[in-house]
Amino acid sequence: MSVTTEGMKAKELLAYYQAKADQDARDAKARGDLVCWSASVAPPEFCVTMGIAMVYPETHAAGIGAKKGALDMLEVADRKGYSIDCCSYGRVNMGYMELLKEQAITGKTPEVLANSPAAKVPLPDLVITCNNICNTLLKWYENLAVELDIPCIVIDVPFNHTMPIPEYAKSYIADQFRNAISQLEVICGRPFDYKKFQEVREQTQRSVYQWNRIAKMSHYKPSPLNCFDLFNYMALIVACRSLDYAEITFKKFADELEENLKAGVYAFKGAEKTRVTWEGIAVWPYLGHTFKSLKALGTIMTGSAYPGLWDLSYDAHDESLHSMAEAYTRIYINTCLENKVNVLLNIVNNGQCDGIVYHLNRSCKLMSFLNVETAEIIKEKTGLPYVQFDGDQTDPRNFAPAQFDTRVQALAEMMEANMAE
Amino acid sequence: MSKVETILKQFADVAANPKKAMDDYTAETGKGAVGILPYYAPEELVHATGYLPMGIWGGNKSISKARTYLPAFACSIMQQVMELQCEGAYDDLKAVIISVPCDTLKCLSQKWKGTSPVIVFTHPQNRGLEAANQFLVQEYKILKTKLEKILGVTITNADIEASIKVYNENRAIMREFVKVAADYPQVIDPIARHAVFKARMFMEKSKHTALVKELLEEIKAMPIEPWTGKKVIVTGILAEPNGLLEIFKEFGLAIVDDDLAQESRQIRVDVLDGEEGPLYRLAKVWQNMYGCSLATDTKKVRGKMLMNKVAQTDADAVIVAMMKFCDPEEWDYPVYYRQFEEKGIKSLMIEVDQEAQSFEQIKTRIQSFVENM
Ligand code: SF4
Ligand code: SF4
Repeated sequence: MSVTTEGMKAKELLAYYQAKADQDARDAKARGDLVCWSASVAPPEFCVTMGIAMVYPETHAAGIGAKKGALDMLEVADRKGYSIDCCSYGRVNMGYMELLKEQAITGKTPEVLANSPAAKVPLPDLVITCNNICNTLLKWYENLAVELDIPCIVIDVPFNHTMPIPEYAKSYIADQFRNAISQLEVICGRPFDYKKFQEVREQTQRSVYQWNRIAKMSHYKPSPLNCFDLFNYMALIVACRSLDYAEITFKKFADELEENLKAGVYAFKGAEKTRVTWEGIAVWPYLGHTFKSLKALGTIMTGSAYPGLWDLSYDAHDESLHSMAEAYTRIYINTCLENKVNVLLNIVNNGQCDGIVYHLNRSCKLMSFLNVETAEIIKEKTGLPYVQFDGDQTDPRNFAPAQFDTRVQALAEMMEANMAE
Repeated sequence: MSKVETILKQFADVAANPKKAMDDYTAETGKGAVGILPYYAPEELVHATGYLPMGIWGGNKSISKARTYLPAFACSIMQQVMELQCEGAYDDLKAVIISVPCDTLKCLSQKWKGTSPVIVFTHPQNRGLEAANQFLVQEYKILKTKLEKILGVTITNADIEASIKVYNENRAIMREFVKVAADYPQVIDPIARHAVFKARMFMEKSKHTALVKELLEEIKAMPIEPWTGKKVIVTGILAEPNGLLEIFKEFGLAIVDDDLAQESRQIRVDVLDGEEGPLYRLAKVWQNMYGCSLATDTKKVRGKMLMNKVAQTDADAVIVAMMKFCDPEEWDYPVYYRQFEEKGIKSLMIEVDQEAQSFEQIKTRIQSFVENM
């Protein structure tokens, strides 16, 4: 660890490394090195092996949303013809990209860009996408590639309509990994470094291990961890899992949580009345509001499947790459309803939850259109109450704080009534 | 009624009453039908069983029951399909085949409310790779086995080859139909054109081919007359209901080619001859597909393809029939729109809502678009 980070708390490390990742990308660009924009759960192992700096548009868009800068970007996308039905992460990013492009062409920084609270990231020289969380990421990255006239690496992980994942699916994905390697060799003009690749995979596994350590802390009752924190720390499991940035930060955070647990220091100072699972993405522009509303009710979030998307454990020594292929395709929203429900059920049970909050996300069809069925099955299996609210992860126009408050209040009442029984 | 009119009426009748088409087929053959949801199922495999492949592309219902299962921002066609499922409209089907090339269909494939067994398969999206063909062959193998089991039949390679031939012939005649319809817009108006395509989804394909052939022979014997209206290319998922096409007719718009998922995208790519087995060659169709929002293409040739169509047919404009809440189509739009603007190609986007009963807004827009052309 470098000297500067010594003695830093996990929270400080998070801020430090998040900023550093963006700085790395800017530095790479300034040096004339390659920058890649990547889908959040696309495998970074290949690009990182090649020393390519990575930028993650979803995380970037989430940051813009949290800093209340989404509307400006959405407006640019709107002018370019993007319908409000398209995922708002994608629209924020296309808006941002168009502004960067304008800047690159004219040499002038558009005013909206200059005034944006967005973290400054450079334009990509290539993009990599993977559809393990949605096919929207295929459409979005097609557009990036065409509008910037740059190569696009696609890792297609076919929807697993039948579980377990068949061998032929893993073979197909592993073949794409090998294809991505040869694409990168052409793009970079040098051979792929397999030794480094081994190290990067091992690093990724160490990051994932520490990430999972954190997630498990919400299993305790009372919980030392409020899972809202995972929404914040997620930035690093997305953007830096193949670097030690993520490992260092997560280890520190997990250690802190363990110490807290031993010392009897809990997230709500032990005053948690009820525990919920949050299904879906956070509402970034209203992260504070949603957190506070729940907290005011004494409701702590001890389950969330979304951060679990990055539980990308695999055998880093498996040269067939089938294990890695499996890790990237088994994401619960890339599987049949039955498996999806089982994954969520585990989260509800492990988090010792009393109820579930479903985010009906206007942006995200894949994470919304099975809410009714999922909720009904889980209710049947656990008897736990649930509510659903209308929202959007980055378009602030699609979330109504009052509706959210009413819904979670109703849930709190149902949970308390259940417990009183 | 002229012979042409009689044939067109036959197509229109089938298009308007798929249930009857299915019942007639069942009465005639003693076999039933298998439902095929959009998009790009290897229909030949169903045809090879002797059962009738029936396209499932929504309807024109007012949505009520579907509201329980789908939020308002699900695409119009799947709202319709869900409504019809809830009503039991598909329950006579022996099976239903669902592919999952968009996020909406992934979800829909997991929540069928009807009673027919559902067979789901996934298209690979890294389509340039040989590994993708291999993957799809495996998916088709499983699909085939499930069909055999459900229908209690065996599908031989010879059966599949025979069906491939039937389908290739049908696609070829439909491509010719598109050209003839462009030459004779006085005879084939937008509604009739759509009926010929739509009937295709409910008729056994060799019968459809024969009827289209008959139609074309009649038409081609007529003189080609100059068209005084405008010519357009239509792109999108589908252009329905007929009320929408009425407007085209009213304002003298001839559809000289289309890129609709329900129409020409279905006949764009043939199953090629070759040494490989039929499943492999069926899989290759997906690899060779282009210009569709559901077939990943990092070069996005759709805009270029549409502009080529404009050039080939001397069309005046492209009409974008945008399926309400269809994000794959909505993602394609800004790119080809920019390309159109750069090349001076006129275009108009109209919203397709299968539930719609009145079209006043679209009418006004088409009217002013035509006036400004
Ligand atoms: S929010 Fe949903 S649609 Fe958008 S990128 Fe994420 S998973 Fe895909
Ligand atoms: S492609 Fe579009 S219209 Fe078709 S099911 Fe998907 S979202 Fe709906």
